[in-house]
Amino acid sequence: MSLKVVVDWDLCQDHGQCAFAAPEVFEIGEDGRMHVLIEEPDESLRSKVEDAADVCPVQAIRLEG
Amino acid sequence: MAQRVLVVGAGMAGLRSAEGLRAHGYADEILVVGDESWAPYNRPPLSKEALHGDLSHDRLVFRVRANASDVTWRHGVSATSADLAARTVTLSDGETVSYDALVAATGVSARRLQVPGPPQTAAGRRHVIRTLDDAIGLRAALVPGAKVVVLGAGFIGCEVAATAVKLGCEVRCVAIDPYPMVRPLGPELAAELQRRHEEQGVVFHLGVGVAELVGDHHVTDVVLTDGTRLETDVVLEALGSHCNSGWLEGNDLDLADGVRTDTALRPWRESGMLDGVAVAGDIARFPNLRFDERPLRVEHWSIPTDTGRRAGAVLAAYLSGEGYDDVVAASWEPLPSFWSDQFDIRLQSYGMPGLADPDGIRVLEGDLHDECVVGYHRGEELVGVVGVGMLRVVNTYRDKVGHPTPTS
Ligand SMILES: Cc1cc2nc3c(=O)[nH]c(=O)nc-3n(C[C@H](O)[C@H](O)[C@H](O)COP(=O)(O)OP(=O)(O)OC[C@H]3O[C@@H](n4cnc5c(N)ncnc54)[C@H](O)[C@@H]3O)c2cc1C
Repeated sequence: MSLKVVVDWDLCQDHGQCAFAAPEVFEIGEDGRMHVLIEEPDESLRSKVEDAADVCPVQAIRLEG
Repeated sequence: MAQRVLVVGAGMAGLRSAEGLRAHGYADEILVVGDESWAPYNRPPLSKEALHGDLSHDRLVFRVRANASDVTWRHGVSATSADLAARTVTLSDGETVSYDALVAATGVSARRLQVPGPPQTAAGRRHVIRTLDDAIGLRAALVPGAKVVVLGAGFIGCEVAATAVKLGCEVRCVAIDPYPMVRPLGPELAAELQRRHEEQGVVFHLGVGVAELVGDHHVTDVVLTDGTRLETDVVLEALGSHCNSGWLEGNDLDLADGVRTDTALRPWRESGMLDGVAVAGDIARFPNLRFDERPLRVEHWSIPTDTGRRAGAVLAAYLSGEGYDDVVAASWEPLPSFWSDQFDIRLQSYGMPGLADPDGIRVLEGDLHDECVVGYHRGEELVGVVGVGMLRVVNTYRDKVGHPTPTS
């Protein structure tokens, strides 16, 4: 089963902490907005994405699968 | 025999400690007791978006990692005392729980105003804001046109002031300090933020204290030490915090301000560090060698996660007996991170701005009257940065704060 990163865009306020926890998966773009680079990351990135979800101040990131 | 870890305090640090134990391989029982009736939830929105939006627990509750789905939670029960030599904790329901390892994660409570007056309750129109129940009580009082007096001009006071203005209230903010948020931010930035709050309608009364709260059943007026009398419908006491460490008394710990620990979060005693106990979150007073050896408490949201993971690693090694000395000795230097939202202002801080020399504060980028990054120096060393907006820029300073020990 593959992993899926789900972001609640109503909650996201572009704090950008996720981009430090999992730079492979999240990025704050030139526009200052958060972008998901890989929506279905490899299992090897699970713990980094979990860390990213932990450090999101508004708890907008969920990992499915 | 199966082991048991007891976590006291079902807040963010309690949750992250439980997850940290699992992440480091501890597989036996974890019991978390907490005095609130709620599963751990996110507190920062309580003074910001949730206070003028959705205050449902569903919206604020933390997701629990799959690895911690088998943790036992007991809500609505508090620890009343502990015997750390006997490894037992006594709970408010009379039960005494024994443990193999203990996490102390009981956080802080709102400090109350020490001035006589009507009851310190929502009915007395005297509010604090630490818990979801506090926020629900306060929200009900923040109706359009309500005269709100915020006592204390720290981050939480200023956030609630901003939210109350958005909700249509008339807001005054009273503090003994010369500027709002001046202790962590320094006078220049603090004065600029005061100006922006005033532009939005907040009225400040600074450099004064509270002499009297007038009213029988509920507050009707706040009298200041300079004689000013403020009519009021709602008082918020946002005067800082005191640590919930009373249940640990009688164990020879240093409880002067939270619980003093070493970098492995073990409680400090005259006779040496206490193994098998870890302190996490707002009550932990720990040294951070990124800055210096002085143990400090840090009431930032990033700390429960950092200390919870560290507590989990240390206690898992302690319980398994594998590699304990190495885990304890490993360097651990978390980067404190803080944010605050007030009106359309987003503050983002890294490090410990409060450690700066009084003359060590200068604008590094941008314009103080617009978006900027302010640097806080102790001698030559950058000990903290605060961004007003400019998130991408302030984020580039994360690695430049303090003097982290190089990892080999
Ligand atoms: C309104 C508000 C806004 C905030 N905004 C920000 C922000 O914008 N940015 C930021 O960085 N930080 C912010 N913070 C700070 C951040 O929320 C805290 O640092 C964090 O919640 C600390 O987590 P903790 O687990 O250590 O303590 P807590 O979350 O307080 O958890 C401790 C738990 O233990 C319980 N407890 C206490 N005594 C006992 C006992 N004897 N037995 C059992 N249980 C007990 C408490 O009731 C509580 O549930 C804010 C805090 C508040 C209150």
